[in-house]
Amino acid sequence: MNGVRVLVGTRKGAFILTSDDKRERWDVSGPQFAGWEIYHVKGSPADPNRIYASQTSGWFGQVIQRSDDGGKTWHQPGTPPGEPTTTPDGQPKGESNKFTYDTSDKTGKPLTTHQWYDGTQHPWEFKRVWHLEPSPVDPDTVYAGVEDAALFRSTDGGQSWHEMAGLRGHGTGPQWAPGAGGLGLHTILIDPANPKRIFIAISSAGTFRSEDGGETWKSITRGLKSLYIPDPEAEIGHCVHRIAMHPSRPSVLFMQKHWDVMRSDDAGDSWREISGNLPSDFGFVIDVHAHEPETIYVIPIKSDSEHFPPDGKLRVYRSRNGGNEWEALTKGLPQRDCYVNVLRDAMCVDKLDPCGVYFGTTGGQVYASSDSGDSWAPIVRDLPAVLSVEVQMLP
Amino acid sequence: MIRVIIPYHLRTLAQVGAEVTLDVDGPATLRSVLDALEVRYPMLRGTIRDHVTQQRRPFLRYFACGGDLSLEPPDTPLPAAIASGSEPFIILGAIAGG
Repeated sequence: MNGVRVLVGTRKGAFILTSDDKRERWDVSGPQFAGWEIYHVKGSPADPNRIYASQTSGWFGQVIQRSDDGGKTWHQPGTPPGEPTTTPDGQPKGESNKFTYDTSDKTGKPLTTHQWYDGTQHPWEFKRVWHLEPSPVDPDTVYAGVEDAALFRSTDGGQSWHEMAGLRGHGTGPQWAPGAGGLGLHTILIDPANPKRIFIAISSAGTFRSEDGGETWKSITRGLKSLYIPDPEAEIGHCVHRIAMHPSRPSVLFMQKHWDVMRSDDAGDSWREISGNLPSDFGFVIDVHAHEPETIYVIPIKSDSEHFPPDGKLRVYRSRNGGNEWEALTKGLPQRDCYVNVLRDAMCVDKLDPCGVYFGTTGGQVYASSDSGDSWAPIVRDLPAVLSVEVQMLP
Repeated sequence: MIRVIIPYHLRTLAQVGAEVTLDVDGPATLRSVLDALEVRYPMLRGTIRDHVTQQRRPFLRYFACGGDLSLEPPDTPLPAAIASGSEPFIILGAIAGG
């Protein structure tokens, strides 16, 4: 029987929620890595037993965790305790939490600074991994989007990481500036039909596309308008919050920006607004129905100053025709006195029929719909603040 | 034998108790003790000192025999009581956060 496994990262650990394909009864396990911030947990599409987790701490920095048994046990990829940390020829063994920026001329001159809040240049400093994107085909290959913004890749199951330096070397790097939440690379989309095509997004630099597996990048922000930057139509400076793609139509992209919900039909070469009748076009998450590429979901948030739903009503909005016309989905969701937020990596869909939709809140609820969003119920309601939600299909 | 007390979250990471014991080659200094700790427990590499700069992480401090050694140069010899194991070397995390 098919089942689903929902991987939840929170401010104080990771949780794993499992169910059969009816998605009515859920088993909740965790916390794993109790007390640590778990920015993201995601499984390999090529091997559901392989899961990667980003474990971070203001005290102790970054840790990468890996499970090879579907989340039952975890380890830091690399050197086991007590064994030498170098190979006989002096090379370091696994250094799974070592993210070292490439200072070669691939990044420019080399590129060492980006724009700071006050307009001055500031050194690039690694802080944490925001997002882990396993390869669609190889369980040992995984991409990491980090703060300060850069893209890293591991091809040895997370034991070692290497920057894909062409992104920071795009030439606009010195113009990239952090938003209040940091200069994080949070979205990594890989075209399943053409893994050399990769999309990434950075708060608050913008969004980029590579056609050559990450060697070179093109800024894809034409059509974005952001009134909070000096030139609203500048190439760089748009605070993209999330981009989603349906795997069957990788040239159609949907974006939740700091303000505005946007759509591109040409792989990001141009964007147009599809906010339509949304009560607010601010928000963080956006996702696409597993079987209907024109059905998309957002969760409107009141504003960038008030990070909670409009009118205290937690509403998912669904468009069945690719945007502009949205319907509120409220059944089972709190419609009064609700002031939680839903963060950018905290929504996902499963591949069952009907499609399941999941999202987690800063209030610790994980809501699930097993009917494409028509009705909702909490799987759990008292976790720590949810940072990320991903789902895996189980054989 | 040198005794080292590490913060709670690093105990869970290294799967050890509050105190670990280490054999250190040569003089006991901040650097040699932390190096020995990371060789014995490689999962702690990068969690006490930054991987790249080798600087102490800002929310951690080093204490020994009632004194704060956090700002001492890394090759400063540790007190005899630390080198002999009669007193523990303490890596302390800042008390903060929710």
